Amino acid sequence: MTATLALDSAIAPPNGGRWAIEAIGIDKWFGSVHANRDVTLRVAKGSIHGIVGENGAGKSTLMNILYGYHRADRGEIRIDGKTADIGRPADAIALGVGMVHQHFMLVENFTVLENVLLGAEGGALLADGRAKAHAELERLGRDYGLEVDPDSVIEDLPVGIQQRVEILKALYRGAETLILDEPTGVLTPQEADKLFHFLRVLRDQGKTVILITHKLREIMDVTDRVTVMRRGAVVADLATRNTSKEDLAEQMVGRKVKLGGDKAPANPGAAVLEVQDLHVADDHGKPRVRGVSFNVRAGEIVGIAGVSGNGQTELLEALGGIRPAASGHIRLKGREVETRRPGLTARVLRRMGLGHVPEDRHRMGLVHGFAAYENAVLGHQDAKRYRKGWLLDRARMVNYCGDWMKGYDVRPDNPLLEAFSFSGGNQQKLVVAREMEHTPDVLLVGQPTRGVDIGAIEFIHKRLVAMRDAGKAVLVVSVELDEIMALSDRILVMFDGRIVGEVSPETATERQLGLMMAGIAEAT
Amino acid sequence: MAGAGKAPVWVDLALVPLVNLAAALVVSGLVVAAVGQSPLEALEVLVTGAFGYGEAIGYTLYYTTNFIFTGLAVAVAFHAGLFNIGGEGQAYIGGLGVGLACLAFGGILPFPLMLLVAIAFGAAFGAGWAYVPGWLQAKRGSHVVITTIMFNFIAAALMTYIMVYVLIVPGQQSPESRQFDATTFLPTAKQAFAWIGVDIAASPLNLSFVVALIAAACVWVFVWHTYVGYELRVVGKSEKAAVYSGISPARHIVLAMAISGALAGLVGLNEIMGVQHRLLLNFTGGVGYVGIAVALMGRNHPFGICLAALLFGALYQGGSELAFSMPQLSKEMVVVIQGLVILFCGALEHLFRPQLERLFARPLPART
Repeated sequence: MTATLALDSAIAPPNGGRWAIEAIGIDKWFGSVHANRDVTLRVAKGSIHGIVGENGAGKSTLMNILYGYHRADRGEIRIDGKTADIGRPADAIALGVGMVHQHFMLVENFTVLENVLLGAEGGALLADGRAKAHAELERLGRDYGLEVDPDSVIEDLPVGIQQRVEILKALYRGAETLILDEPTGVLTPQEADKLFHFLRVLRDQGKTVILITHKLREIMDVTDRVTVMRRGAVVADLATRNTSKEDLAEQMVGRKVKLGGDKAPANPGAAVLEVQDLHVADDHGKPRVRGVSFNVRAGEIVGIAGVSGNGQTELLEALGGIRPAASGHIRLKGREVETRRPGLTARVLRRMGLGHVPEDRHRMGLVHGFAAYENAVLGHQDAKRYRKGWLLDRARMVNYCGDWMKGYDVRPDNPLLEAFSFSGGNQQKLVVAREMEHTPDVLLVGQPTRGVDIGAIEFIHKRLVAMRDAGKAVLVVSVELDEIMALSDRILVMFDGRIVGEVSPETATERQLGLMMAGIAEAT
Repeated sequence: MAGAGKAPVWVDLALVPLVNLAAALVVSGLVVAAVGQSPLEALEVLVTGAFGYGEAIGYTLYYTTNFIFTGLAVAVAFHAGLFNIGGEGQAYIGGLGVGLACLAFGGILPFPLMLLVAIAFGAAFGAGWAYVPGWLQAKRGSHVVITTIMFNFIAAALMTYIMVYVLIVPGQQSPESRQFDATTFLPTAKQAFAWIGVDIAASPLNLSFVVALIAAACVWVFVWHTYVGYELRVVGKSEKAAVYSGISPARHIVLAMAISGALAGLVGLNEIMGVQHRLLLNFTGGVGYVGIAVALMGRNHPFGICLAALLFGALYQGGSELAFSMPQLSKEMVVVIQGLVILFCGALEHLFRPQLERLFARPLPART
C-alpha cells in the first residue's frame, strides 16, 4: 500500500519475551468511513508502545476495539497469545486491559477511594470492599510511586492527580496492559514528566503500556517501540531508538513537514495593542493577572510562554473582552478599552478590529449543535454582509463559509455539517478561519494548536506568519514551548500572574525558558 | 467517530412520532379494555369526536389555537436555554390585557384597530408577566423554573382579586366583568365563511386561529432567520460562547422570556375576545401546561408545534366526546389517555428511535 511501510519487527517478540496484545488484520467501517484498514499491531509484554497518527488516523478506533467499545468487522485479537472475544469493556477488564481516557471518567464529588471502588465494590456492603481497597491503594502507591490520599475528593485535586486516580483504578482492577489515550493533553509539562516517570516504573515492574499521542517528543522520550498510523492503516512500526521526530512526522503526514521554521524577520510598526498594569481576577475573585504591561506592534508575533494556570487564560480573556479587569488599561489601536462590562466589550472590540481564537474552542470558540456556516459568523452575526434587510442571508453565509473551508483546508469542506462533527484539527481551522477572515488588525490566539495534528499545526502556523507579514499584530499564548519558539518574534514569559521576562527566540534556549517559566531564572 | 449509517430524514420527522403515537394508543387501548370497554369503539368515538363532523373540527381547531400559542411560548424560551413553566400565568395575565383593551376601547376603535390594540395589550401583559422571572434569572440567578411556577400562583391570586374587587359588575354574584362591546368580538369561522357564501357548522373557532398560524410563522423567521434569533440560540447552547462572541446572555434571557410571555398572552385573544367576550376567572384551564407537552412533542419547531397542537386539540375535543358518549370511561380516563400520549411522544421520545434508525439506515458500502 505504501512504500514507507517498515515492519522491522519479526513475528517473534524481542528478547524471547511474549506479546501482551496482538491485533491482527483489523478492519473497521463506520458508515462509508474505513477507519481501520487491515491493521496489525503487536505489543511486547513489559514495554511502552507508542501509537502516533494525525486526528482521524484510526488510533482511537483501534483502541476502542481493544477495549470493547467497538467490535472489529474483521480480524483477530489475542491477549497473552490467546484469542480473545472482547464485546464490551468488562471483557477487556477481565482480560487485564485497562484504559485511561483523555477525558477522565471520574465522579467529581466522590473520594479517590469511592471512585476506585466504583464498579468493583465486591459485595452488597461497602465496608469490606472499602477496607480492602484502602490496603490495596496503599500497596499500589508504594509499588509504583503513585501516592494519592484515598480520602480526598476528586474535584479538589489537580488534573495530574486525577489522572493518577484513573491509572490506579485500572491497576486496582488487575490491569496488566494500560492504554492511555492522549494522556498529556491536559497536563502541564511537569505533570507530564511525572506521568512518564510512573509509566517507566510500571514497565519495569512488568506491566505493558500503550500510549496514544500525537506529540512526537513524548514518543521519543518514553516509548520503546512506536507504531505510526495514517488514514486508518499502519504505515510504520519501529524501535524508537532507530527513528527521529522528523522521520516520524514525515511518516504521519506522508510528506516533509516544516513547523514554523523559515520565516522572514519581522518588520514591526507602531504599537496597536498596549496593556498597562493590568490586574484580572478569576471566577473566585482570586487575583490571577497581577500587574502586567506590554505592547504588541503591528507586523510582529508576540508569544506568551508559561506553565498553564499562571494567569495566561485570564489575561487573554480580559484582552478579548470576556472577563472584566480589576484595574489597569488596555488600548487597542490607540483607543482606551472599557474593560468593566463583560459580554458587551467583546462585541465592541470585534468592531474595533480585534480577532480572538480562544483557548477553549469547545466551550467558547464553537457552538455545539450549530452547523459550520453558523459557527463561521459567530461574533459577526449582525454584520451587514450576512443580512438581507432584517433577515439573515443563509445562502451568503454558506458561501463565505465554503470559501473559507477551502482556503483553510477544512475537511470535509461542507458548511452544512455540524461543526462538532469535524475532527479537532478541522474545528480549530474553522475557528482560525473565522477570526482571520473578519480582517482583524490585532489577533489574539490562545493555544493555537491544542489537540491539533501535525498537518494542521503546520498550516495554522503558516497562516499566523502570513497574517504578521500582512502587517497585523498577533499575540500567541501557548503552553507548548516548541510552538512559542517557532512562531514568536518576541517571547514574554509569564509566571504567577506577572511577566517575568522578555527574550528573543534567536538567543533563548528551551532550558532558559523552562527555568523562567518555573519562576527560577530571570531573563539574561 | 460517526455511528453506523444515517437514517433518512423522514424517519426522524414522521415515522418516529407516528410509531410513538401508535404505541400510546395501543397502551391506551389496553387501559380501556381493562375497564371492560371496547378499545376500538373508544378509538372510533375519539376520532369521530375530533374530526367526524363540522362542529367537531371547529372545536378541535379552537383548542388547537390555544396550544399553538403556549407551545410556541415554551419553544422560544427553550431555544434560549430556558424552561418557561409559566405559560399558564402569562396566558391568564395576557387575557387580562386583552380584556382591559376591549373594555377600554370597545365601541370606540374600529375593529381592525381594536384587534391590533388587543394583540398589543395581550402580548404586553404576558410579556410583562414573564419579564420579571426573566430579569430575576438574568440578574439574580433565581431559577426561571421555580419563579415561573410561583408566578402562575401569583397570577391566579391577582386575577381573583381584580375580578372580585375591581372588574365585577356591581350587584352581581359571579366575578365577571361586563360584556364587551359587540364590535370587539372576533369573527368566528362560521361568520367568516358566511361572507364568502359557505355555510359551516357553528363552533367557537375564530380569527385568533389565523393569528396563531401567523405567530408560528413569525417565530420560525425570528428564531432561524434573524440575527437576534441566532444570538438567542447561541445563549441557549452555550453561555460561554455567547460571552466570547459579545452576546450578552442576561439581555437575551430577558428578551426570550418576554417574547415567550407575549406568545402565551395571546391565548387571551382566543378565549376572551373570541369566545367569552367578557373577563372571568380560570379561562385558561391548564393550556399553559399543555404547551410544554406540545413544544416537547413538536421538537420546539413551529411546524412541529402546529401539528402537536392539532393532536392535543383533537385529544381534548375527542376526549370530551368520549366522556360524553361512553360514560363508563370517566373524564379521568380521558386524562389518562392524554397522559399516555404525552408520555410516549414526549418523555419516551427516544424509545423506538434507535431501532427504527437502524432498520432504515442506509446500507454500508461493500467491502473492497
